[in-house]
Amino acid sequence: MLKIVVLLKQTFDTEEKIIVTPEGVDDRDAKFVINPYDEYALEEAIRQRELLGGQVIVVTCGPERSQEALRTALAIGADEAIRLDGSSLPDDSYSIASALAAVIEPLKPDLVLAGLFAVDSGSGSAALQVAERLGLPHASAVVKAAILSAAELDALPAAGTPLQAAGQRAERYALVERDVEGDTETVSIPLPALITAQQGLNEPRYPSLPGIMKAKRKPFRTVKASELFGGAGSAPLDSAAPRTVRTQLLPPPPRAAGKRIAGGPAEQAAALVELLRTEAKLL
Amino acid sequence: MSKTILVFAESRDGVLRRVALEALGAARRLAGKDGAVHAVLACSGGAAEEAAALLARGADVVHIADDPSLRAFAPEAYIAALGAAMAAVRPDALLLGHTSMGRELAPRVAAAFRAGHIADVTAIEASDDGGDVGFIRPLYAGKAFERRSFLPGHPWVITVRPNNLPAAEPEDAAERTGTVTALPFTVPPLYTAVRSLVRRTGGQLDLAEADVVVSGGRGVRSAAGFEPLQALASALGGAVGASRGACDAGYCDYALQIGQTGKVVTPQLYIACGISGAIQHLAGMSQSRVIVAINKDADAPIFGVADYGIVGDLFEVVPLLTSELQRVRS
Repeated sequence: MLKIVVLLKQTFDTEEKIIVTPEGVDDRDAKFVINPYDEYALEEAIRQRELLGGQVIVVTCGPERSQEALRTALAIGADEAIRLDGSSLPDDSYSIASALAAVIEPLKPDLVLAGLFAVDSGSGSAALQVAERLGLPHASAVVKAAILSAAELDALPAAGTPLQAAGQRAERYALVERDVEGDTETVSIPLPALITAQQGLNEPRYPSLPGIMKAKRKPFRTVKASELFGGAGSAPLDSAAPRTVRTQLLPPPPRAAGKRIAGGPAEQAAALVELLRTEAKLL
Repeated sequence: MSKTILVFAESRDGVLRRVALEALGAARRLAGKDGAVHAVLACSGGAAEEAAALLARGADVVHIADDPSLRAFAPEAYIAALGAAMAAVRPDALLLGHTSMGRELAPRVAAAFRAGHIADVTAIEASDDGGDVGFIRPLYAGKAFERRSFLPGHPWVITVRPNNLPAAEPEDAAERTGTVTALPFTVPPLYTAVRSLVRRTGGQLDLAEADVVVSGGRGVRSAAGFEPLQALASALGGAVGASRGACDAGYCDYALQIGQTGKVVTPQLYIACGISGAIQHLAGMSQSRVIVAINKDADAPIFGVADYGIVGDLFEVVPLLTSELQRVRS
């Protein structure tokens, strides 16, 4: 039995054009999806539950519209959903991670899964900050994962001398392959632990019709940030105070119109090399 | 206002990564004339050459964490070393590369030291009086940018995107004084057992750090179709990348994927071969300095962002480009 928490974020569909206005990014007609990396995390959580039994709880920090992403996750196969109301939280990974950690800690998960980063803000910071706050070891950018008992891990044939032996023992381990800038590293870490999902981890499934029907009856709750930090005996507010602030939103710098190079292949190749040397001052 | 800045000088296989020197350059600028720049090197079995290189390029103090636990990458060992440096130096800011390693260490160190983290920084706006410092970083994989600043009262943790900030250059040796010191730190009981590391990139240049990227899409038609692209990349001293289409079709490994999912690259020269230019792919490369597109389809959206466009067959044009380059060079 495994209790798995999946951190997910609702993001713009990657097909969307991003329109920068003085008030922020225009999201009036935008289509929203589950962050693609979080879909891998969710799929992996469901697969591990199917193998080992247990429970999958999806947690998001976001505005009201992000409920839709949680409903989708329930329809795909998660058992329970928690929305941390992001409207009262500053837009800063430190604040968000402190609130998420406060939501997750009482759940006492065996495994926390998250996407490598969200395709909107792109920092890849909050999940690992959560790991630090909860004192969990982590494995990042995972492309293959298995949960093993201590005996199963010990029974694995050793691939030569381990590069780094671990001192910490546990009942269960995650044995994972990580993408390290194109290279593949195999590591094991004891549970409880946090894992971030890289593309290639699995092929995420779609919600099924029965799944969508069932999702309506699954537990779903909303937590306000004030409930986490407001009451007596709770964490001091400073632990969630923002550390950074956005001071400006900018469109990407415009690119000058390009040149088409005419002629046959040989002429095109020669002309391009010449332009790269003389005009672009490269090579 | 002068500051004390700590740089995590990442090395790979015992060689300083260029992004470490880029972070060092940024640190020198943030520190101000009278500030101090410290660098920390993590190694197993000495790093005298790297330390000398850092001193020559603007570090005032180099702290060497030397321990067998730093041979392979167990994050908690590196975090312990970095934490010891943070405690010893008490810097205003810690800078790391936004690399595989930096992306893992920065959030954990930030959380442990109650610090803010600004990630994937592509430019730094600092006034000479040391007032407000703005960090520019991409959103939506480069479809927008934000300027972000730290609020007062806590240390800063910053990861800088490779290939975007100027690297620290060697300074006049006569004017440089600095010290190298051993960094004592306690290795915690390790969680992470590193069982193996397979070099699938064959020690090749990392895509994110490459000056030149030659990239292939569905138009390369097969795994073998990448061979002329590899030859061109080799001639240019660059790396090979791919669009999602090429990865999905099984022509190459997902490790090569450039785009909104996958890697974001900003090389000096990006050559897109047989890539139509879906918006997700453009998000991963449109900030490259010079973009060349080679495609049969004259209406392909990739031409919209290209500085130089060639409408033609990549299997004809690419080999000719390679030989033309070799001819010009010789």
